[in-house]
Amino acid sequence: MDTLTTFLNSFLPEGLATLIVILLKIIAILLPLILAVAYTTFAERKIIGYMQSRMGPNRVGPKGWLQPIADTVKLMFKEIITPTRSSKVVFFIAPMLALAPALAVWSVIPFWDGGVLANVNAGLLLILAINSLDVFGIILAGWASNSKYAILSSLRVGAQVVSYEIAMGFALVGVLMVSGSLNLTEIVRAQSGGLFGWNVWPLFGLFVVFFISGVAETNRAPFDVAEGESEIVAGFHVEYSGMAFALFFLAEYASMILISTLTALLFFGGWLSPFGTSMDDIPVLGFLMGDGFHWLLLKAMFFLFCYLWFRATFPRYRYDQIMRLGWKILIPVTLVWIFGEGVAIALGWQPWL
Amino acid sequence: MTFELFIFYVFSAVTLFSAVRVVTARNPVYAALFLILAFFTSAATWVLLEAEFLGVVLVLVYVGAVMVLFLFVIMMLDINIDILKEGFTRYMPLGILVAVAVAAEMILVMKSKTFDRPIPEAAPLDSSNTEALGEILYTEYVYPFEIAAVILVVAIIAAIALTLRRREGVKKQDQGAQIRTRKEDRLRIIKMKTEAKQGER
Repeated sequence: MDTLTTFLNSFLPEGLATLIVILLKIIAILLPLILAVAYTTFAERKIIGYMQSRMGPNRVGPKGWLQPIADTVKLMFKEIITPTRSSKVVFFIAPMLALAPALAVWSVIPFWDGGVLANVNAGLLLILAINSLDVFGIILAGWASNSKYAILSSLRVGAQVVSYEIAMGFALVGVLMVSGSLNLTEIVRAQSGGLFGWNVWPLFGLFVVFFISGVAETNRAPFDVAEGESEIVAGFHVEYSGMAFALFFLAEYASMILISTLTALLFFGGWLSPFGTSMDDIPVLGFLMGDGFHWLLLKAMFFLFCYLWFRATFPRYRYDQIMRLGWKILIPVTLVWIFGEGVAIALGWQPWL
Repeated sequence: MTFELFIFYVFSAVTLFSAVRVVTARNPVYAALFLILAFFTSAATWVLLEAEFLGVVLVLVYVGAVMVLFLFVIMMLDINIDILKEGFTRYMPLGILVAVAVAAEMILVMKSKTFDRPIPEAAPLDSSNTEALGEILYTEYVYPFEIAAVILVVAIIAAIALTLRRREGVKKQDQGAQIRTRKEDRLRIIKMKTEAKQGER
């Protein structure tokens, strides 16, 4: 990357070269991400298919591998219909508002040591803040559609996301108490030292709370009351078609991948290898077993699989049960855990040192 | 003009435009949306000032939570704009009076000695103002901070107590009772002899 910058600097004004390099980095992050989103939809249909003793999509391309491409092409050529008496501007801004935060968050995610677009000091806070903007897309989509089902769904989502954000924020407080930093790279570095250095062990309760509220934040099953098919047709995106509908899907899956990656980074040591540095001296095996991007990918993929697994396993929560779980169980758990953690840090107990 | 200055002007222009639109927009939902935009761009200006903690918290608290609830309420209200606009000319003089008073007060405050101090030296880039803020909040200003927290809790409890009402005869599930049920409450296993099929006698 540095050689590219110096090469561009040789014939371009300084600001422009920096801008081009940043844009290239953004493309290098977003293109694989969008590809990952496309194939997550494929993986979801396949995995849930096998869990329900079906084959899943297997007609387009070898073993169905071209299915996501076919879906995208189909969605792109579909007509976009606007409901009558809807507010047109908001109707089209809403899907963009849903997608933009889901993509913007990736700017502060480190993929390996130093492999990050913007190494921000308050990275964790920034993620929380941008993530909280996700909900606007859904709320506005519901309102702009001029449809009763859509607005019911957006009211549900608003209440749910605001509630679970609190639990999620508290879980993050626990993480930053242990690592003493809001910078994601620092948080991962603080977990070095092999499998038992990871944050899951001292913060197991917070990990569970974080992942549950992550599932709720992304409106995935079993917390998908926003699109409860049996109650409100398809929820906030009933009136959307074509690419506008696809943007909501893109946003949802990008957030899913984000929550999985964050869980891996915050609690499972990110790119750190579970074996620590013990095998670094072995020639080929050392490269595979040492720290690297592949570990982050593996961990994130596991949590992404959990998302699909949940969807195939759990029935949908009732709305009042969601509220009870968020306010009466998850938030008290985090509060007690953080208090205990604070005492332990003050007394200097080992796992938190 | 440096790049930073350019960004500053862009954000300021957007902030001013959206702040004006908050007042002039006909539809209250649009007004709320412009308020969100105003918050967001001012947060961006704060980040430009290297006050990243404040900027992020502005987005997190106001945009991410307060405005969501705001939109919630506005979306559910059926607002008739004609009635709102009624008597505009009648209240106009009073409105102007209030506006002038507020503007005069703000100018007086900004001109006062508290704000008339030299601009402090910018902190070095690698220092974290989140940490600095936390340190000062929990040492020097610990009592005001804690008192503010207690007042907020009191306000929350008061708001809940004021709006909480129990209606008689509402048919809804009691979650506590649902969770406490055991198998024995619902299921009864009966031992009985097998009966002969019909016509087998």
